[in-house]
Amino acid sequence: MAEKKIRILLAQFPLENHNRGLIAVAGLLRDAGMEVILLGNAVSNRIIDTAIQEDVDVVGISTYCGGELALGKELMKVAEKKGIKDRTAFVLGGIFPPSDAPKLEAIGFSGTFPPSASREEIIAGVKAAAAAKK
Amino acid sequence: METGIAQKVLAGDVLAASRLMRGLEDEDANAIEQLKTLYPHTGKAYIVGVTGSPGAGKSSIIGCLIGIFRRRGLKVGVVAIDPTSPFTHGAILGDRIRMQQYNIDNDVFIRSLATRGWSGGLSKATISTIHVMDAMGKDIILVETVGAGQAEVDIVRVADTAIVVLTPGMGDEIQMMKAGIMEIADIFVVNKADIAGAEELKEELKVMISMKPHLPGQWQPSVALTEAVCDRGTEELATEILKHKEFLGTSGDMTEKRRARAKLELIDAIESSLMNYIYRNIDKGDYLEGLIEDLTRRATDPYSAAQRIITQLSQQLEPGYDAVTNSSGKPADRNK
Ligand SMILES: Nc1nc2c(ncn2[C@@H]2O[C@H](COP(=O)(O)OP(=O)(O)O)[C@@H](O)[C@H]2O)c(=O)[nH]1
Ligand SMILES: [Mg+2]
Repeated sequence: MAEKKIRILLAQFPLENHNRGLIAVAGLLRDAGMEVILLGNAVSNRIIDTAIQEDVDVVGISTYCGGELALGKELMKVAEKKGIKDRTAFVLGGIFPPSDAPKLEAIGFSGTFPPSASREEIIAGVKAAAAAKK
Repeated sequence: METGIAQKVLAGDVLAASRLMRGLEDEDANAIEQLKTLYPHTGKAYIVGVTGSPGAGKSSIIGCLIGIFRRRGLKVGVVAIDPTSPFTHGAILGDRIRMQQYNIDNDVFIRSLATRGWSGGLSKATISTIHVMDAMGKDIILVETVGAGQAEVDIVRVADTAIVVLTPGMGDEIQMMKAGIMEIADIFVVNKADIAGAEELKEELKVMISMKPHLPGQWQPSVALTEAVCDRGTEELATEILKHKEFLGTSGDMTEKRRARAKLELIDAIESSLMNYIYRNIDKGDYLEGLIEDLTRRATDPYSAAQRIITQLSQQLEPGYDAVTNSSGKPADRNK
């Protein structure tokens, strides 16, 4: 029996124009033994569609431009509608007001990572998010 | 994994289909049971292998083809394979970034797979992912692999149409030749037509093809010129793929291809069941550890040790079997 690998989808909302954070996180999660599916910029519909087709454990959103709360809500609505809220975890990282962290958690992000998050914190956070959905 | 998934897949449930693919990749026993149920419903999809060096433009081309085939009314599946890092066992699967041109609809299903260290034969995960897409009713399934390594060559070899993507000025042809891929191409694609040298490469390939002996009734590989970032030349490529499909149908080669695929898959299934069986039997107690100890001390050699193990294991199946000669010990038996 092959080991169960963590599969994670990394994406950004459409107007985000920095992808260095996303690439760096992809590298460190790969180095932690995960399978990282890159999508790049995409609307909620496409992000969720991809999460379904790839059957990922976790969807990771990278954000720098703001608006993450509104877009996050929309993402969750689509996830709910397409029926993956109970099988897929959501996390978010990047630049956002610290006061938004609890709000993001309230709408369904099980992990939020500010730029100060360490490599270990990100890996542990993703693993915990994935484990909660198995 | 819950039961009844196969029925859901047949009914077009994408959540069930992707979960099943996951189970098959992780070698979940129930997932394999579900695949058995699905198998009779497969064999309808047309399979296209797309290979070539990293960066040649395989994903971009597939991204274009998805839209073109959808417009022609076909349901499309894509399996995009990228290597697993041998050091960390993780993988970055980035093909989707270049496959976003198409409109989202239920008749396109893309799955990214990591190689997870398979070495030869068909990757079980690849072929079973193809089966699930086939059972879902996809008409055409495009499989992207980097053209290096036996396993990746095999998946393209057993595709109905094998496409090799080259770019000007990269010396790809040499690499592809080494991997034995130039021989299996049904269609060559020279991508990045906007770059100097594309026309020349196309002509070189045509010369190379014309120098090969060509029997009447045999498919003559063709060369397409594309600029995938602008969706140029891709309509013609799609048409060429369908032309090859029609050719296979009328020449009877389709049956041959399907037989070859079935054979590889069967051998693969036998090998993996057999290996599971053998390891279960030799891994008892500290037998294996003891052997390794003996080998390290040079008290035996790996060849004798392996032959002894197989001889012992096979006694029940074929009394008198001897792994050294790979035959039953009694000469009389051999003449039967
Ligand atoms: N100039 C040029 N670049 C292209 C063309 N097709 C693809 N590319 C670029 O080549 C790079 C690799 O493409 P990709 O489809 O990911 O290649 P793959 O590794 O073979 O799947 C990307 O940056 C593409 O934008 C083309 O026709 N012309
Ligand atoms: Mg690619």
